[in-house]
Amino acid sequence: MTVPRLSQLGIRSVVLFYLTFLLLLPVAMVFYRAFEDGFGVAWDTVTSEQGIHALQLTLTTVAIAVPLNTIFGVLAALVLVRQNFRGKAILNSLIDIPFAISPVVIGLSLVLLYGPRDTAVGQWFFQHGILIIFSTPGIVIACIFVSLPFVVREVVPVLHEIGDEQEQAAKTLGANWWQTFRRVTLPAIRWGVTYGVVISTARVLGEFGAVSVVSGKVIGETETLPLFVRQQFETFNGAGGYASALVLAVLALLTLVLMNLINRRKEN
Amino acid sequence: MGIAVQNVNKTFGDFKALDDVTLDVPDGSLTALLGPSGSGKSTLLRLIAGLEEADSGTVLLNGEDVTHVSVQDRGIGFVFQHYAAFKHMTVRDNIAFGLTIRKTPKDQIRARVKELIRLVQLNGMAHRYPSQLSGGQRQRMALARALAAQPNLLLLDEPFGALDAKVRKELREWLRNLHEEVPVTTIFVTHDQEEAMDVAQQIVVMNQGKIEQVGEPKELYENPKTEFVMGFVGEVNRLGDALIRPHDLDLSLTPIEGGEEANVERVSHLGFEVRVELSLANGDHAWAQVTRKEDEELQLTEGVSVYARPSRARKFQGAEAQGDDGASAEELQVA
Ligand SMILES: Nc1ncnc2c1ncn2[C@@H]1O[C@H](COP(=O)(O)OP(=O)(O)OP(=O)(O)O)[C@@H](O)[C@H]1O
Ligand SMILES: [Mg+2]
Repeated sequence: MTVPRLSQLGIRSVVLFYLTFLLLLPVAMVFYRAFEDGFGVAWDTVTSEQGIHALQLTLTTVAIAVPLNTIFGVLAALVLVRQNFRGKAILNSLIDIPFAISPVVIGLSLVLLYGPRDTAVGQWFFQHGILIIFSTPGIVIACIFVSLPFVVREVVPVLHEIGDEQEQAAKTLGANWWQTFRRVTLPAIRWGVTYGVVISTARVLGEFGAVSVVSGKVIGETETLPLFVRQQFETFNGAGGYASALVLAVLALLTLVLMNLINRRKEN
Repeated sequence: MGIAVQNVNKTFGDFKALDDVTLDVPDGSLTALLGPSGSGKSTLLRLIAGLEEADSGTVLLNGEDVTHVSVQDRGIGFVFQHYAAFKHMTVRDNIAFGLTIRKTPKDQIRARVKELIRLVQLNGMAHRYPSQLSGGQRQRMALARALAAQPNLLLLDEPFGALDAKVRKELREWLRNLHEEVPVTTIFVTHDQEEAMDVAQQIVVMNQGKIEQVGEPKELYENPKTEFVMGFVGEVNRLGDALIRPHDLDLSLTPIEGGEEANVERVSHLGFEVRVELSLANGDHAWAQVTRKEDEELQLTEGVSVYARPSRARKFQGAEAQGDDGASAEELQVA
């Protein structure tokens, strides 16, 4: 790579310019606005009863949706890469559906299926007194839907790259399926899984469209943190909204740092 | 542990990778599967290991039918061409893997790993990762890993295929010594006839999913049953319908009985051996392998006329046409 120095600088400036106006400045503005009138308003909003409830609901959703999608994602990747069967191509494209459909449509589709009116599935839950739509289960399902492909898509290329010789070797040495997976496959795909978990978490934390459709936005009940942020603006509490948005950003960053730490530790 | 493979067939899609293969491997022997690329060597080896399942036929280990026994339960050691080292584990942990899986006590594992590290000459490298080893060292680690749990059967798929010529030679000598020290039944795959001849006690020659011949190295070389085997285990000349090894072609400057007139096209001195390329009166080409001494006596140079006479030749009839035994060979002694 012998790009002349001048053009190197040119490329670098373009990237920096792009990042500055599309990423850094907007985020900096959020910071600035959140604390423009001091920490008081920001703190009060974030720690209000509603704010705390929204935070708890969001964390609950992450705690259910992300582990489920991680397990499913790794299994699906194993099936897609290590097994051959008819209809594999169909399964492969099915997994990408959440990428292709708008979150609002995802929300509506869930309301149709799990709402009490339109389908046998919805009616069954209704008759058994289980509320899905306008309630926490609906929010969790919506988040699972939107974040489903991330782990699969991160793990599939890694599985392709490592090949299956190490797994075969483990089998010849007496390891059963689980031992092979835990001692050989998982350590090899660890970084892929980590990355998948981090972006799934970020997506679930921030999900607005699908959740706003299925939640019914019952304040203090089915309001996740992004919905809460929106509601602050609607009630002209700008500083509070920005502060809550920062909480979301910090949570996402924490996930990233945490997963990195866990992996570093395992490496030693 | 003795192995018996009986009437095994294996297809991939509509490609027949193994075609009614039957083979006996005696207990404690060192056997080579030899054949060209795509002849089904790896498939047969993997089938014996249990990494591949036969469409039909049986595999017996020590007289016990293991056709439907999983790899894990066959008590084998397998060495892959590209090492298949566990990249995230140290040499020590790689070697210990089979023992750890079997929940062997820690102090026993430690002792066994130490013993193996000495056996495969990786002293001082126990804490390295595979990426910090050379190809030859990686393959020795893979061997130690395969041997750790004391398998009844050691299977190696082109173990030295990815290594350079010098390391290959070292390792194959080392494998032969290892087999003397640890006399476990061993089968290794190779497409290098010299490697097979040098290391193995018994060679199985494969071609297009079938076994052509099984025998000791010398037996295969001296009495090949098919034209394919004769061509694969050594060099051959074809004169009419007879096949002659280059060292079985005698040259003379004066006419001899049964000799054919030929013209010397080229003389190459390859150290001890001298290679004389000939063109015969009927247009055929052949080459003779003569010793330096013979060459000095004959003083052969390009363009000289000589008489060439096979001291030993073979004819094969209908490689495919005949029954179960395949081809029949006929030896011709001239002189
Ligand atoms: N998993 C598979 N799927 C489809 N075809 C296969 C598979 N494994 C092997 N084959 C085919 O079966 C034939 C025999 O393969 P095999 O690997 O046994 O050959 P080989 O003698 O080991 O050759 P090489 O010396 O190149 O390793 C080949 O033509 C190969 O393409
Ligand atoms: Mg092979």
